[in-house]
Amino acid sequence: MLIAVRAAVSALVLAVLSLLGVTILGASAAHAVDATLVGNFTAPDGSSIPDVSITVSDDAGFSDTATSDANGDFAIPLPGGGTYAIEIDVTTLPDGIALETPEDASRSLLVLGGEKKIITKLVEGEGGGGNDGGFLDVSGDQVLQLLFDGVLFGIMIALGALGLNLVFGTTGLTNFSHGDLLTLGAFTALILNEAGLHIIIAAPIAIVIAAVLFGWGQNKVLWRPLRRRKTGLIAMMIITIGLAIVIRYGVALFFGGAPRNFNQYAGQAGIEIGPVSTTPKALILAGLATIALILTVIWVQRSRIGKATRAVSDNPALASATGIDVEKVIAVVWTLAAGLAAFSGIYLGLTQDNIWNMGQRVLLIIFASVILGGLGTVYGAIIGALVVGVFIQLTSLVIPTEMKTVGALFVMIVILMIRPQGILGRRERVG
Amino acid sequence: MDWSFVLTQTLTQAIGIQAIIYCLAAIGLNVQFGYTGLLNFGQVAFVAAGSYAVGVIVLTFDLSLWLAIVVGVIVALVIALILGIPTLRLRADYLAIVTIAFSELVRLTVRSIAFKDVLGGAQGLNGKLGQDFHDTNPLPADFQSLPVLSWTRQDLWVVIVGWILVALFTLLVWLLVRSPWGRIVRGIREDEAAVVSLGKNVFAYKLQALMLGGVIGAFGGIVWAVAKQSVQPDTFRPEFTFFAYTILLLGGAARVFGPIVGAILFWMILAGTGEFLGQAIQAGWIDFLQPTDVGNIRFVLMGSGLIALMVFRPQGIFGDRRELALDAK
Repeated sequence: MLIAVRAAVSALVLAVLSLLGVTILGASAAHAVDATLVGNFTAPDGSSIPDVSITVSDDAGFSDTATSDANGDFAIPLPGGGTYAIEIDVTTLPDGIALETPEDASRSLLVLGGEKKIITKLVEGEGGGGNDGGFLDVSGDQVLQLLFDGVLFGIMIALGALGLNLVFGTTGLTNFSHGDLLTLGAFTALILNEAGLHIIIAAPIAIVIAAVLFGWGQNKVLWRPLRRRKTGLIAMMIITIGLAIVIRYGVALFFGGAPRNFNQYAGQAGIEIGPVSTTPKALILAGLATIALILTVIWVQRSRIGKATRAVSDNPALASATGIDVEKVIAVVWTLAAGLAAFSGIYLGLTQDNIWNMGQRVLLIIFASVILGGLGTVYGAIIGALVVGVFIQLTSLVIPTEMKTVGALFVMIVILMIRPQGILGRRERVG
Repeated sequence: MDWSFVLTQTLTQAIGIQAIIYCLAAIGLNVQFGYTGLLNFGQVAFVAAGSYAVGVIVLTFDLSLWLAIVVGVIVALVIALILGIPTLRLRADYLAIVTIAFSELVRLTVRSIAFKDVLGGAQGLNGKLGQDFHDTNPLPADFQSLPVLSWTRQDLWVVIVGWILVALFTLLVWLLVRSPWGRIVRGIREDEAAVVSLGKNVFAYKLQALMLGGVIGAFGGIVWAVAKQSVQPDTFRPEFTFFAYTILLLGGAARVFGPIVGAILFWMILAGTGEFLGQAIQAGWIDFLQPTDVGNIRFVLMGSGLIALMVFRPQGIFGDRRELALDAK
């Protein structure tokens, strides 16, 4: 029963309503759009199936693709009533799960308005394994695939983690709104993309805009004045929380709760490399991200301002005494961090989708990475992210996919018990 | 535009069940953060523990609600130990990261399909969770409603007992912070090294503060489960904790009445803007917004309020700036 209710309201509305627990909103919870296609993917054993891709299009040229969320729910806003072609990408269903009637993958539907729910019956069988996530008969290929996915995911996380660590290193600030810098970067690219720019052109422009506006600008407007007023670090941390909430729900307000894709490369055909299947976009993005990571590391190690960054990380007072302009270093670091975060966000948006809480979803994974690698260290962020990425993917062999993140968070807590400074951190940082 | 509806709804919510739940969570945070300086960003995990204790004991195991309350307190104590032992020796930001991660870990675990039989999965636990409590309702059976305040007979009983709980815990906190124990935890907040040099076991005091605050938070969860007769995993998102922080900082951290004033004001503002916007949109005064935007706007307002509070008046409305020297330790 509750699944039906859940499906009937968009995930966002439900989250807000249930969080506030206010019944009065219920009366006013009408639909944000004239018509919405909703539905749910639930496996025969009752578990929700996330990340199933579904595409809706009509003769007038409307087309939108969405993926089911962690609850297996999806909602696609429609421009209005009419006849729509609905296509479920069966390749995105988990192994061992198939449609009861294969014809259901592609159907035509008349929508009059309001919320139209489509029913999708799933059965076990066809394609792969057939056992429900049992780990006893894991094939080598499966492990290779997960390792590969893990490294790719880790590279994306590393972009975010590196920026977080650079800011932490130079200012001591644990930025709880760093995940939302990913969201801002991705949605900047989305605006440009929807304005007509090809994503290949939109992405670099968005990264520059995000770096200047959300990095340099944020430091200039908010953090620099606060440092001047000698605001305490805990107070600043709470401010990042407030900022995260403003960004997240601001994005939800302006862009709605439904996930969005970029106009290009949304549903790219997969390719096979030996035993591993992937998409060209994932490979190209991972390559570009690796270059960005290497360049950042070289910059920190070799360039004058990079060396100054490390000096400020070690001892701001001493660095300042040797003639380093600490504020300038911090401004550069913020710019770089926001740029890397925007890249990470666009990466996430291209390989999954753009949604208001995309940054929040990965923030804790980023935190797990930096704690594993060592809070404030440059190499630690990258190594930690790769380890966490691979770990998250591999644990899906033994625990349900929906609990992947739990494993990473659990390991983070264990790491803090054994070696709180992380793999590469130094003891005195922990204090 | 129905002004009287906006007004009565605002008033009802300002001292309603939600305000009580958040107030209890904020009293717990006041012990942990306000007095002891522990940056616990995972208070919602304790609230969830209280709620789930009620849900599981009453619904899954079909036992008494009173037993469930005892279990809820014990679970909260255990969580505080699990969280506190590895992290309380570390710096404040580590505690913050680990507690927020733990609260998400709890939420993802309880909503998982793996424990669906016991914990109800993503749908949570729904049923006659608070029956034992509602059976004790002394209000006349033909009770209709109070003037102005639109509670049902059942809700009114929850509200009465809820505010009694708030008063009891406030009294407890007041007595504690005046005691030697309170002086030591405040000393830890101000200068940990100084307290260590006095030969006090700082770690033990921090752990006690975390446990006490956690138990008070768990009572918030118990009230929630009893009042709503339902436990939903996705209500226990990190945002809950940050609402509670906003309430605490609004009223004034390290002030005994801070959470109460904060909770009432917070819900007055939140409910007021929500009701007003909702009505204004329906009346067609604001045509660029949809009714579904109201929830988002309230979150944006709340986040902005939190930032403004910390920037301009970190001591809150009644706080004392000297009392609250916020800094990383």
